[in-house]
Amino acid sequence: MYKVSSKLKIFAFVLIGLGALLTIGGFLSAPASEDAVREMLAHDDSHGDGHSAATTDVHQVSSGDVHDDAHASEGHGESHASDHDSNHVEHVYHQLSNKPWSALYVACFFFFMIALGCTAFYAIQKVAQAGWSPGLFRVMEGISSYLLVGGILMFLLLLATGLGANHIFTWMNPGVAEVGHENYDALVAGKTGFLNVPFWLIRAGAFLVGWNLYRWNIRKFSLKQDEEPEGNVWYKKGFKHSAMFLVFFIVTESIMSWDWIMSFDPHWFSTLFGWYVFASMFVSGITVIALVTIYLKSRGHLEFINDSHIHDLAKFMFGISIFWTYLWFSQFMLIWYSNIPEEVTYFITRIEDYNILFFGMVAINFLFPLLILMNSDFKRVNWFVITAGIFILLGHYLDIYVMVMPATVGESWFIGMPEIGSFMLFAGIFLLVIFNTISKAPLLAKGDPFIGESKHFHY
Amino acid sequence: MSDKTIHALYTDDDVLLGAVKQVREKHYHIEEVFTPFPVHGLEKAMGIADTRLAINAFLYGLVGLTVATVMMNYIMIQDWPQNIGGKPSFSYLENMPAFVPIMFELTVFFAAHLMVITFYLRSRLWPFKSAENPDVRTTDDHFLMEIDASGKDIEEMSKFLHDTGAVEIKIIDKDAH
Repeated sequence: MYKVSSKLKIFAFVLIGLGALLTIGGFLSAPASEDAVREMLAHDDSHGDGHSAATTDVHQVSSGDVHDDAHASEGHGESHASDHDSNHVEHVYHQLSNKPWSALYVACFFFFMIALGCTAFYAIQKVAQAGWSPGLFRVMEGISSYLLVGGILMFLLLLATGLGANHIFTWMNPGVAEVGHENYDALVAGKTGFLNVPFWLIRAGAFLVGWNLYRWNIRKFSLKQDEEPEGNVWYKKGFKHSAMFLVFFIVTESIMSWDWIMSFDPHWFSTLFGWYVFASMFVSGITVIALVTIYLKSRGHLEFINDSHIHDLAKFMFGISIFWTYLWFSQFMLIWYSNIPEEVTYFITRIEDYNILFFGMVAINFLFPLLILMNSDFKRVNWFVITAGIFILLGHYLDIYVMVMPATVGESWFIGMPEIGSFMLFAGIFLLVIFNTISKAPLLAKGDPFIGESKHFHY
Repeated sequence: MSDKTIHALYTDDDVLLGAVKQVREKHYHIEEVFTPFPVHGLEKAMGIADTRLAINAFLYGLVGLTVATVMMNYIMIQDWPQNIGGKPSFSYLENMPAFVPIMFELTVFFAAHLMVITFYLRSRLWPFKSAENPDVRTTDDHFLMEIDASGKDIEEMSKFLHDTGAVEIKIIDKDAH
């Protein structure tokens, strides 16, 4: 039996404490009113090179919303300057008050999606009746146990958002569907049949309950199979549940990605968005399995796991990284090529305001794993896998960041207190939950009919 | 005590793998093993150096990538620039996303085809070449290990090979080949 070391516990608690402090600091340091923003901007401008008005206007134009055309055609004459300025202040004020909430949202979703991706990977192993992986089942069950805690946190965050605690989703603005209202948006109004807060919350709740139900059952079956392996009754049950879960998962995961992420840009849509988010969660989940496995091995556990298992996990990290790139590029190229205004704004905001992150994360998520994990021997070297894994996780955090932030924070982004803080906060909770679950059961799923094959697995 | 080769036949890949290890422990020299299908871990057990085909594949891929880039640059940018979808083709870099599928496909195409050709050349295989395997049963269900017996006690070796699980042992004069 594995016991969570006190060092790891302290590390997790420090992460939670520090992260919570930084997150709260992020919320407190968000500007309290438009006046504060005006003061802040004036302060910034006085440090500039004296082209304050010009830079303000440029920012306004590049914010990439539908309103931009209107602003741009108004012209930048002197007579409009004051009107423009107050608009700009309001704009920046909204962006900066969204910032801590968005940071919390990105981090919360990121760790939740690791657990969900790992659950999907686990279900696939069960359905494929894979012979190599049963030795890793307890690790996967541990990581997927964050699905419950992370799911509750995610739902609370969605609930708070839906009740109006923040304004990160523009389609929730009051009056968005009322003709004549200042917030009226014809495109969003046409989608309110699907995109309304009650239905949105009901969907989220139903998906979370469904995923957690599977995860709860499969863990129970896995432990029961160890107790009574005769006839493989529990194993067969697990197989059926996993197959049903995968069907449920791929539909609900798609809808979840529209609801929780794509609706940040409610005018924009992409038909492969669900797959794209899935690739991100899948590769992050597999990476965390590899990292936790290597950690447990380094502490003298999992003696039945050899280099070949690590090799296989690294192959998955490599392969799914390339799969992710394929989807990233497919989404980008079609929209870039056809150049339809309502579609292409999505990438214009990202390339203009998030250039370094947008292309940087492709380098981290594609080039880095491609080059470092291509060699077959490197996939068996633990510290190579760990290095690649840390970069992949960082890259996919940035991936989610670039999916969410342009719509909520726009060009006012920077990675500061709330971003780092909420990442640490959720990382701490995540570590605590998964290692706690791993310590609850023997690390060898001894009742699994394929466990012998897994023990003798060699490449 | 002459110039001889021993052919030991096996009927199971696991037995063969064990036999290869034992023969190598005895410091007999295995010249070649013929199998009806690839046996996992055999080349490691025989102590054969790793293949360099993977390095070749990487280099071939780079060649394919270069060919695609040069080709598309010539066709679409230099020779006959066109305005497609409001994107005039005057710069390769600015139009690069449109050429990525071609660059990818030719990378794979070159790597795959040149790798197969390299493999054939390296294995000295070409059309109408007569087979090199000494026993037709190695194309069906038998595994054959060829061991150098020059200067060794044939009696003792045969007995030893029999103990490793060989079902048939043949002593072949090298000159006869």
